[in-house]
Amino acid sequence: MSLATSTIAQLRQRLTAGEITPRDIVQDVAKAIEARNSELGAYLSFDTEAALNEADAADKSLPLGGIPIGIKDNMNVTGQPCTCASKILAENYTAPYDAGAIQKLRQGGALPFGRLNMDEFAMGSTTENSALGVTRNPRDTSRVPGGSSGGSAAAVAGDIAIAALGSDTGGSIRQPAALCGCVGLKPTYGRVSRFGLVAFASSLDQIGPITKTVEDAALLLNHLCGKDGRDSTSLDVEVPDFTTGIGKDIKGLRVGLPKEYFIEGTHAGVSAAVDAAIKKLESLGAIIEQISLPHTELGVATYYVLAPAEASANLARFDGVRYGHRSSSAGDLMEHYVKSRSEGFGPEVKRRILLGTYMLSSGYYDAYYLRAQKARTLIRNDFTEAFSKVDVIVSPTSPAPAHKLGELKDNPLAAYLEDVFTIPVNLAGLPGISVPCGDIEVDGVKLPVGLQIIGKPLDEVTVLRAAHAYEQAR
Amino acid sequence: MPAADIDIQKVAKLSRLSLTTEEAAHYEKQLNGVLAYIDTLTAHDLGDVEPTAHAMPVFDVLRVDEERPGFTQEKCLSNAPKRVGDQFQIPKVIE
Repeated sequence: MSLATSTIAQLRQRLTAGEITPRDIVQDVAKAIEARNSELGAYLSFDTEAALNEADAADKSLPLGGIPIGIKDNMNVTGQPCTCASKILAENYTAPYDAGAIQKLRQGGALPFGRLNMDEFAMGSTTENSALGVTRNPRDTSRVPGGSSGGSAAAVAGDIAIAALGSDTGGSIRQPAALCGCVGLKPTYGRVSRFGLVAFASSLDQIGPITKTVEDAALLLNHLCGKDGRDSTSLDVEVPDFTTGIGKDIKGLRVGLPKEYFIEGTHAGVSAAVDAAIKKLESLGAIIEQISLPHTELGVATYYVLAPAEASANLARFDGVRYGHRSSSAGDLMEHYVKSRSEGFGPEVKRRILLGTYMLSSGYYDAYYLRAQKARTLIRNDFTEAFSKVDVIVSPTSPAPAHKLGELKDNPLAAYLEDVFTIPVNLAGLPGISVPCGDIEVDGVKLPVGLQIIGKPLDEVTVLRAAHAYEQAR
Repeated sequence: MPAADIDIQKVAKLSRLSLTTEEAAHYEKQLNGVLAYIDTLTAHDLGDVEPTAHAMPVFDVLRVDEERPGFTQEKCLSNAPKRVGDQFQIPKVIE
């Protein structure tokens, strides 16, 4: 059987036993990509020869020694492309440095291998906003993989990657993991350095693992975190061993069910799968409690002020001067800016830049940005209050299983509302995981459903413990 | 909260983007829809609430002011779409 179907934990064991080499793993993953990527479109590019060279030099004594990890195409890895799935970076950008998270990965011995498709600049929840290609859900290739880290989730669930990194601004790790049927973890804001992650919304973005198992998520997270002087928001806090909760029971764990997350409009199959998961948690000894997060309804509106506003400022750097697309037909400097940007950015990115620029323009700041920051306080306070009573909060990850390709296209508001359960977690900066909780049959195909488990700030260990206990019992 | 009514060409100019007439009409309609939804924030009394910029506390970070390795000039210029010698080239700005 191809090693590409293995987990990190399995590969580590076999590497240590001397049964396989890092070269074997990279070769098998490369073969799997060549066999299935034309169907899934998960990878935008991959350099097997470079990865084989790195594999031969890998230090197998390190915890992730010789394990190839797929990288979402918005993180800088020296010598590799970093397109953000945008035409503006596709032509002529080669990363001249490693992102902070990539440096940590390398210190753990892992090899960044392959660039994974995404919604352009991580703006979207279907990966259909990629300007560079379509990614399909491995369960049903007529459906989207979710997004924005859709390439990462499709590659992991489709067994053409061992594990991958994604980034999550409003659900972009957890939602595609749920829709493809794998595990996705968004760490606490500030756990992982954002240095070298192309910024979308700086106060919300966070890098995290997308893996086949909960244990792998913990193993990978162990080599992503830590203070980085080049990201002022990265936290100077102790980094625990995230595997310490793996295998421990959840007797007495207090699990909160926010009534605002169990609402009409959620697909009946999703509700049933999540209800069954809650019963399973209860049977494992967890104490289930009803809670309230009263300002949940403000989440999506708050997010769609803050994220586009921050994006419009962050994307101002694409000016066609230092890197990225430069229009060949511009006369003066202003025309150079306008043409380079208009030719380079796709429709959703333009939509969000326009929205953000409008909301930050003179006379509107108090009405939108300041107001949204105030609403953000209320949402955050809801969680603080809830976590005085419970240890974790559970909900569906997404209100619906994977849509058909094209179903949400050009209906931005409908697409934005898909993020209702994941957005508040980013606004409050909390850790959250999506773990598979069963399948539902739609049009004769079994589509995966994700269970979201949200934790207290910096308490990834408990989130992983609960997710692992559930995963093993399911 | 102002009524959702976006002057799309003005905003496009501020954004350094150009829109065709069709694109402008299309975006204006879509963004007015999104803005109308965002107006749900007005239904809540947010007057005395402290704004949150970051979920976790953020502090100014200072480092010792001493020389350290950084990008070389060549590395900085390595992705320049147009360069002349050791400089980025831009369209003429002075007549």
